[in-house]
Amino acid sequence: MSTGEKFIQMFIAIAVFFAVIAVILLATQRMRSRTGELAQAAAFVLPAVILIGVGLLYPAVTSMYQSLFDKTGEGFVGLDNYQTIFTDSEQLLVLRNTAAWVILVPIVSTAIGLIYAVLIDRSRFEKFAKALIFLPMAISLVGASIIWKFVYDYRDPTQDQIGVANAVLKGLGLDTYKFLLNDPWNTLFLIIILIWVQVGFAMTILSASIKAIPDDMIEASRLDGATGLQQFRFITVPSIRPSLIVVVTTISITTLKAFDIVRTTTGGNFDTSVLAYQFYTEYFRSYNQGLATAIAVLIFILVMPIVIYNVRQMRKLEAR
Amino acid sequence: MTTVKPDLGAAEADAPGPEPVSTSAHQALSSPWASMAAVVIAVLWTIPTLGLLITSFRPESDITSSGWWNIFTNPSFTMSNYDQVLHGSDTKLTTYFVNSIVITLPAVVIPICIATLAAYAFVWMKFPGRDLLFVAIFALQIVPIQVTLIPLLKLYVHPPLNLMPLAGPDAPGGGFYTLWLSHTIFALPLAIYLLHNFMSQIPGELIESARVDGAGHVQIFTRIMLPLMAPAIAAFGILQFLWVWNDLLVAITFGSPTTFPLTARLAELSGTRGNDWFLLSAGAFVALVVPLIVFLSLQRYFVRGLLAGSVKG
Repeated sequence: MSTGEKFIQMFIAIAVFFAVIAVILLATQRMRSRTGELAQAAAFVLPAVILIGVGLLYPAVTSMYQSLFDKTGEGFVGLDNYQTIFTDSEQLLVLRNTAAWVILVPIVSTAIGLIYAVLIDRSRFEKFAKALIFLPMAISLVGASIIWKFVYDYRDPTQDQIGVANAVLKGLGLDTYKFLLNDPWNTLFLIIILIWVQVGFAMTILSASIKAIPDDMIEASRLDGATGLQQFRFITVPSIRPSLIVVVTTISITTLKAFDIVRTTTGGNFDTSVLAYQFYTEYFRSYNQGLATAIAVLIFILVMPIVIYNVRQMRKLEAR
Repeated sequence: MTTVKPDLGAAEADAPGPEPVSTSAHQALSSPWASMAAVVIAVLWTIPTLGLLITSFRPESDITSSGWWNIFTNPSFTMSNYDQVLHGSDTKLTTYFVNSIVITLPAVVIPICIATLAAYAFVWMKFPGRDLLFVAIFALQIVPIQVTLIPLLKLYVHPPLNLMPLAGPDAPGGGFYTLWLSHTIFALPLAIYLLHNFMSQIPGELIESARVDGAGHVQIFTRIMLPLMAPAIAAFGILQFLWVWNDLLVAITFGSPTTFPLTARLAELSGTRGNDWFLLSAGAFVALVVPLIVFLSLQRYFVRGLLAGSVKG
């Protein structure tokens, strides 16, 4: 299809959509009776409800059901797929890696984001300093992976290095290192990529809640002779605790679902796969539908408690 | 190249290196060490992007023979990398750039419209099961898209009731419908939730008095609600824009090589031509330009959207 045709298709799609919405609105506009009110409400809500029902609810339920079947989706195998996830050595490695991601990314990102937010709070360059850290959030994870693959680029120690990381190592007189190949530390170097992206998010949210701490509280602590560190420890951190929890849980959820980094950097090789990526390979490379859906359901089960906790904390924040 | 601006700005500010920025006299943790720590973090965060940006303007032979930092002692610039990734027959990023635009615009506009309508009904209309339905939609936010992909793909390929398959060789609209629909579906729960939050802050008297004056829901929606909701819609619109433009999973699951966006093509290049940094660096920045412009020009709304999503305020 040519470029022009693509744009035409796009405008057709948008035009058709708006036509449908306009018809819905016009058709229900004149209704004032009780049934008219209902019809109107239905017209407003149903497009969303149908899409969510067909596109989210139905597939989610189907996936759970399919996860009890074999590769082809025909023979019933009970919980065998789940057993595979927790016993097969390849899958256990995936679980190990996923655990490392979910523990490290939220904690380290939040810690750096918090420290940075405190450091630059009310400084002259605050806006600019924030934009620098925030910028990676606008970049796709694919783009971020390419940026970091270049940082990690490996060459023999005798050669001129083109990757910053190995150039630093060589500058320090050390051997160059295959950051993406050497298990198990390669997972750590992939984790750094997501931390690099997520710190901006943590910093933004935390900086906003640091600014919401009442000035007299800080003033009072200063009069009591608190040092900067004591202020941080006894005023700042307790005051923004709910936001801290929201940030940590939100980043955990993102981390559990992120598969782009592993796919772009190593393709899951060298023992770096994680659940979200394993799901993809099991279905599209190994054609193992049962195992793939079981992994997806496992992600679902892992995400669920975090989301519920996250939402409760958010409600608390809103109530304040 | 518009990307150059922010990053070169960053370079200028960071160039002095470890020299502390002595601004934070009245700051809680004010000390030269604190400022230095902030500068160190800022530099560390900027170097990876800066390195690839500089690389994208260096001649191919330089890229492979020496590190990008040599540009400061031995400057030489070229635009040929960009020329080659955009128009070269083996990469043709222009095609994928168009795909990204064609995918993203409807995938932002459509869910926003549907979600605004639904959010309005959930806040201002009375109908049986309203609260239950809203809680259900809200709860469905926890479904990770991975769980829905395989059944959804099957629905597109073999739809029930003899409907037209949306995927496959004879797919309508060049195969873009699967992507538009999927992005719309995945955006709806969060969009409805966010817009519902904003909308319920609008004083009820405003709606009541309009109703007393004889305005119907449609008039109230189009004349009063939409203008008032513009900032909230912008906030969600930017989140959704960045999400769709930067997405890889939905694109490679439901798309085909003819509908792949930039991210999918870049991921492919990273696999097949992983050491051709003259291509990858320029390619990465081609994919970066648009979200970066959107992000920098509308940062205010973006931050507001983020804050509303996790910390309403």
